[in-house]
Amino acid sequence: MTDPASDSMRERVEAIYRAESRRVFATLIRLLGDFDLAEEALQNAFVAAVEQWPAQGVPASPRAWLVSAGRFGAIDVLRRRARAETGLAELAALADRISTPEFEMPDDLDDDRLRLIFTCCHPALRPDARVALTLREVCGLTTEEVASAFLTPAPTIAQRIVRAKAKIRDARVPYEVPARAELPERLDTVLHVIYLVFNEGYYATSGDTLVRPGLTSEAIRLGRLLVELLPEPEALGLLALMLLHDSRRPARVSAAGELRLLEDQDRSLWDAAQIAEGLALVSKALTSRHFGPFAIQAAIAAVHAEAREAALTDWAQIAGLYDVLLRAAPSPVVELNRAAAIAMRDGPAAGVALIDGILSRGDLTDYAPAFAARAELCRRLGRTGDARADYARALTLTRQDTERRFLQRRLGTLTGERRDE
Amino acid sequence: MKYLCLIYSDESQWKTLPPAELETMNKEYFAYTQSVQKSGHYLGGNPLQPTQTATTVRVRNGQLSTTDGPFAETKEQLGGYYLLEARDLNDAIQAASRIPGAKYGAIEVRPIADMKMPDPPR
Repeated sequence: MTDPASDSMRERVEAIYRAESRRVFATLIRLLGDFDLAEEALQNAFVAAVEQWPAQGVPASPRAWLVSAGRFGAIDVLRRRARAETGLAELAALADRISTPEFEMPDDLDDDRLRLIFTCCHPALRPDARVALTLREVCGLTTEEVASAFLTPAPTIAQRIVRAKAKIRDARVPYEVPARAELPERLDTVLHVIYLVFNEGYYATSGDTLVRPGLTSEAIRLGRLLVELLPEPEALGLLALMLLHDSRRPARVSAAGELRLLEDQDRSLWDAAQIAEGLALVSKALTSRHFGPFAIQAAIAAVHAEAREAALTDWAQIAGLYDVLLRAAPSPVVELNRAAAIAMRDGPAAGVALIDGILSRGDLTDYAPAFAARAELCRRLGRTGDARADYARALTLTRQDTERRFLQRRLGTLTGERRDE
Repeated sequence: MKYLCLIYSDESQWKTLPPAELETMNKEYFAYTQSVQKSGHYLGGNPLQPTQTATTVRVRNGQLSTTDGPFAETKEQLGGYYLLEARDLNDAIQAASRIPGAKYGAIEVRPIADMKMPDPPR
């Protein structure tokens, strides 16, 4: 027996849960000063909503109602605990403090979401804990979902989260948006957490599938949230970069699950709306004088996105942008990508010379893409022996199944015999 | 909240430092100490004698064992500390980042655990 009225109420509460629960949670953390108490308060608030809204109707501002219900529920929890465990005077004191009338509802709940992001991505936390905590607390993923996304056992993720929360509490990591002077360093940490989530989804570094769309869409959601709350040029750049890369997702893997290089992709499959959004964000980021590595990488992705066919790619512009990127954020991986762009502009020999320069310094000697790129350039130069050796080396270095199959196919075309495994 | 800022650096570098640079360093430390006294962060602080003056003491099965040297031989050594009062970790990080030694070695920022002493007998 189902009651259509109660069904529709449940749907409304569920919709409000999806839209508002993380905002309410972010505010409850600030009001209660404790992640776990806030989580409990959030759940209690929704239980109260399910019980009370059918009779009273959905309040005009469900968010404010839920924050208020969560706060009063927490006061009860604290007072009960203080009574049960004698001597915990600080719990009773906290209950009193948060129940005083001057403890008013904030005007701008969005600030709380930004506080939550900056706290979860605090540089005092371990990088892997930042990622887990952000997905768990900001995105609302369960510990099991985070664990399966990173192919890590759930107890490991749970332990990371527990330790990070303990450090936040014990070292007193403040629940605040950093001051302007600290913002560049702190924003950088946030952007890297989001980028790490995206990369893990887009270039799954291990496992049997190449893309984990759940993670890329969570990263894009986080990027959008950050742009909405704090439209700094690098935040725009990162969102643009993710949108432009993700626009190619439908073309990047064949129906059989095999990796397709950019030059072999059916560009009609690229998501045009996402490209348009990405391009608009790139130009907005670049008009600011404070753009950085993410905006430059987005600009490179934009040049690719604008080419209707691979042959029409403006490699001169891409090589020029890599020069800019190398100055802004020097790294061997950027050098490798620049070498690949220069090979497209000036011919494969120029690219091989640059890659050899990187390898002879001792950089990237265990980085599969360096050898895959060198192999491809050697193949174009007709240096089949070198190409074969480099593909073989890349094969020993990759941990990713789809990539391994791709490299084996490439190696197979060289030796003239396909080796399918 | 109280934070202990432990100043680590390679003490072998100090021995080779020209006197003029050593004096500059001392001046920087005096200026820093004054600044945290003024800002209300300062609770205490001291430089330590080099690790060759260190003695490590252990008691095992009631037996005292005393050894020469620091607890752990590491590339960078504990050379001094500040005890600071800070609003929260961000405030402590900001204050610790201005310790002159941060430019050469590293500062470990550790919150002081709040241990409640039992009430004295009446």
